[in-house]
Amino acid sequence: MLLINCPYCGERPELEFVHGGQAHIARPGSPAECSDQQWADYLYRRDNIKGVHAERWRHTHGCGRFFNALRDTTSDQFLATYKIGEQPPVPAQAQPRKATA
Amino acid sequence: MQRFSGLSLIRRGLNGQRGWQPQWRRAEPKPDYDAIIVGGGGHGLGAAFYLAKEHGITRVAVLEKGWIGGGNTGRNTTIIRSNYLFDESAALYDHSVQLWESLSQVLNYNVMFSQRGVMMLAHTVHDVQVSQRHVHANRANGVDNEWLTSEEARAHCPLLKVDDIRYPVLGAAFQRRGGTARHDAVAWAFARAADALGVDIIENCEVLGIRRDAGGAVSGVDTTRGTIRAPRIGVSAAGHSSVIMRMAGVDLPIESYPLQALVSEPVKPIFPCVVMSNTIHAYISQSDKGEMVIGAGTDAYTSYTQRGGLHISRHALEAICELFPMFRRLRMLRSWGGIVDVTPDRSPIIAKTPVPGLYVNCGWGTGGFKATPGAAHLLAWTIAHDAPHPINAPFTIERFRDGNLIDEAAAAAVAH
Ligand SMILES: Cc1cc2nc3c(=O)[nH]c(=O)nc-3n(C[C@H](O)[C@H](O)[C@H](O)COP(=O)(O)OP(=O)(O)OC[C@H]3O[C@@H](n4cnc5c(N)ncnc54)[C@H](O)[C@@H]3O)c2cc1C
Ligand SMILES: [Zn+2]
Repeated sequence: MLLINCPYCGERPELEFVHGGQAHIARPGSPAECSDQQWADYLYRRDNIKGVHAERWRHTHGCGRFFNALRDTTSDQFLATYKIGEQPPVPAQAQPRKATA
Repeated sequence: MQRFSGLSLIRRGLNGQRGWQPQWRRAEPKPDYDAIIVGGGGHGLGAAFYLAKEHGITRVAVLEKGWIGGGNTGRNTTIIRSNYLFDESAALYDHSVQLWESLSQVLNYNVMFSQRGVMMLAHTVHDVQVSQRHVHANRANGVDNEWLTSEEARAHCPLLKVDDIRYPVLGAAFQRRGGTARHDAVAWAFARAADALGVDIIENCEVLGIRRDAGGAVSGVDTTRGTIRAPRIGVSAAGHSSVIMRMAGVDLPIESYPLQALVSEPVKPIFPCVVMSNTIHAYISQSDKGEMVIGAGTDAYTSYTQRGGLHISRHALEAICELFPMFRRLRMLRSWGGIVDVTPDRSPIIAKTPVPGLYVNCGWGTGGFKATPGAAHLLAWTIAHDAPHPINAPFTIERFRDGNLIDEAAAAAVAH
C-alpha cells in the first residue's frame, strides 16, 4: 500500500484515496467543434508513461479534494504532490501530444 | 524437430532421460527478416508459428527482451473460456477455444488443456439477470453456457459455500468447454514448433526503436543486439504495448496496471473446475501440481512495477475464504504481479496501424491467456494479408474514434 501526501491533509494510506487517471488533460472547450479524432483522443488516449507520470488523486475518505501527483511508474515512488491549478514542480515525462483543440 | 510420443517418453525414461535435444535453437539475430515479432510471449511466439505454418513466411524473428514466456504468459492464472457477451467477442474468444481443443496435437506438445469447466457465480438479483443474459447470448452464438441453480453449483463443486455468507450464491453460469492449460508449455510449444519451421527466437533482445523509411513505412528495429531490418513488424508486448508503439508514433487508448495472483502449497485433488466471482472479485482453480491458483484484482493506479498492493491480494483471499471456508488454513507459497494492458472497453486490439507495415496485438488486459492461439493466428493472418481476418476486423484502434466500442467492460465488469 502506498503512502500518499495529500497537499491538504498530509501523508495518509492509499486506501483513503481514489486514483483519478492522467492529469492535465483539458476538456475541449467546444466539443461540437472537435473532430471525432480530437474527441476520441480526449476521451481515450492516455500517455501510459513508463517513468514519471502526472496523475490525479482524490482524497475521498479525507478532505474529499482532488490534487495532482508525480509518481514514477517504474518504482511507484511519489516525487511530489501539488494542488489543482498548480504546475508540476518537476517536469513529468509528458509525451508530445498532437495538438487537440 | 525431435517429436514427442508416448513411446519416446517411455524409451528415454528407461534410458535415464539421455538423448533429448534442445527444443529450440539459441538463434543469433540476422541482419534482416521478412517479418519481426516484438514480444516473446505466447501471442508473439504463436504469431510467428502461424506465419510460418499457414502463410509460408518463415524468415521471421521473435524478439524478446527477457526470456520467452517471462511476461504475462508465465504469470497468469490460465483460465480459458469464451462466454463473452457480444457477437464480436464470442466469435473471437471461441475461435481461440476451438484452436485450444487441438493445440497439443498440432504442436506435438502437451499443453495440458483441461476442459474442466468454468463456473461464474451470481450473488445478487442483478448478477442473476446478467448471467442468464450471457447464457442466452452465448447459446445464440453457438457458444456453450448453461445456468446452474445454487444447489446444482454446489453439487458440482462441493467445497463451495452457497448460503449463510455475506453474498449468498444464487446460481452460476457454467461453461463446460472452458478450463485451464499449462502456461509455460504454451510458450515452449509454440517456440519449438516455430523454430522447427525456421523462425529465429532471440531472447535478451530489447527493442529500443522502430525505424521508418522515407515513405513512413517500417523498415526495421533498433535493439540491444543491434539493428534488424524487416518490412513487416508485429507488436505483441502486452503491458509494454504503449511504450513500443510510441516508438513508431502510434498512440494507444491503453493504460497498464499491475495484476496479481497467488498460489498455495500443493494439496490433493479437491477442486473439479474453475470458480470465478466477479461480484466479490476472486477466482480459483487447482493446478495439476495441486496448488490452489488464486487471482486478485488490478491496482487502482497505472504502473510498470510487476508488484501490486498487499491489500489487493488480501481482498481476493478474504473472498476466497468466504466461499471456501476450509481454505482458511491453506498456506500461500508465492504471489506475484504482471503488467496488463487495459483498453477502455476491455476488448483487445488486433489490427493494422496508421504506419504501413506495423501491426499490433494488444489490449488483452487481464484476460488474454485464453486467447493465445486465437490472437496469434489472427495477428499472423493480418500481417500476411496486410488486412484483418473477418474475426478481428472489428477490433481496430479506430473503433474508439468511430464509436464502435465492443464494451465487454460494461457487459460484465469482469476480469479474466
Ligand atoms: C496475474 C495475472 C493473471 C492473469 N490471469 C489470466 C487468466 O486467468 N486468463 C486469461 O485469459 N488471461 C489472464 N491474464 C492475462 C494474460 O496473462 C495476458 O493477457 C496474456 O498472457 C498476454 O500474452 P502476451 O503473449 O501478449 O504477453 P506476454 O506474455 O506478457 O508477452 C509480451 C512480451 O513482450 C516482451 N517485451 C516487452 N517490451 C519489449 C521490448 N521493448 N522488446 C522486446 N520484448 C519486449 C515482454 O518481456 C514479454 O515477454 C492474467 C494476467 C496476469 C498478470
Ligand atoms: Zn486530504
